[in-house]
Amino acid sequence: MLRMPLLACCLLFALAPCAASGSTLIAGVFDPPRAAPELGLEGTHGRTLDLAEYRGKVVILGFGFTSCSDVCPVTLAVLAQARKQLGPLADQVQVVYVTVDPATDTAERMREYLALFDPGFVGGTGSEEALKAVRKEYGIVANRQAKDGSDYTYAHSSYVFLIDPQGMVRALMPYGHSADDFAHDARVLLGEG
Amino acid sequence: MNHTSARRFGVIACALALGMPAWAALAPLDLGSRAALFEIPHGTWARRMAGDPVEILPERIRLTLGLQDLLELRNLDEVPQMFGPTLMMPGQSFRLPFAKAGIYDFACTAHASGQMRIIVDPYPATPWARLAWRARNGLDRLTGRATRGIPQGVNE
Repeated sequence: MLRMPLLACCLLFALAPCAASGSTLIAGVFDPPRAAPELGLEGTHGRTLDLAEYRGKVVILGFGFTSCSDVCPVTLAVLAQARKQLGPLADQVQVVYVTVDPATDTAERMREYLALFDPGFVGGTGSEEALKAVRKEYGIVANRQAKDGSDYTYAHSSYVFLIDPQGMVRALMPYGHSADDFAHDARVLLGEG
Repeated sequence: MNHTSARRFGVIACALALGMPAWAALAPLDLGSRAALFEIPHGTWARRMAGDPVEILPERIRLTLGLQDLLELRNLDEVPQMFGPTLMMPGQSFRLPFAKAGIYDFACTAHASGQMRIIVDPYPATPWARLAWRARNGLDRLTGRATRGIPQGVNE
């Protein structure tokens, strides 16, 4: 008679560590989380880019520029791969990429660039002042640096923010993490982890 | 010093010379906490406004997988602060775990170089690796080349 409850208890204790590790974010976690500052930028989807539009979804928010030769293409490729891994849950994950180079990155250019990775990605651009204000709200560093001749690049923060379906900035994923890690954290934030 | 005393001293010196490396190679490693904690104390903003260049986060932080592989930042001040790689609200903490050994560079406005580097060493699994880890750790502490944070719960 006592065997079944005993077995159930043993199973519960055996599975508890798995459940705990499964629900823990791999990214760096903010405690307490804060409300994600609004963007109010020109979106590549043809309207004002506001994060409020994506309540109920996980937003993965990154900053970069279309001429970036190393960090941005890798990050965007990883995020596209993560969305593929999520399968049906991909519709509940929105990647938002905000430019740090408004002189070059028009909404049209960003749309074409982001579509190379995933047509579902949305970009944000705007005036230098508007973008600077957004970067300040998120603590993003972006410094224009001269390269050979008239060429230039930006040294910019390479991490991305994970914003939960309630619009709270929950975590920060440093550069270099895999698609598996992003997919894992997206599932956790969607309550499916 | 007579002959007997000299022999006794020699035996002790030999025992120490052999025993210390043996201990360093074989004794288990334990840093007490997995977290390397850095805090912005209350009043930091006011001190900075008064011209005191308060340095909290070093330019280089060294962590070790399995021993101390979690960077924890806390803003105990009354205003938002850029702390290492991120902006932190008053009373907010940020815990960043590392699962892979490597060198991680973050843009950081608090340092003249504009960067903060976190070096994550692999877990020293073998006796030789433990010996090397203890030697490097001691050297880093002596030269101040890398900082491992303050013990959990201790304010500056």
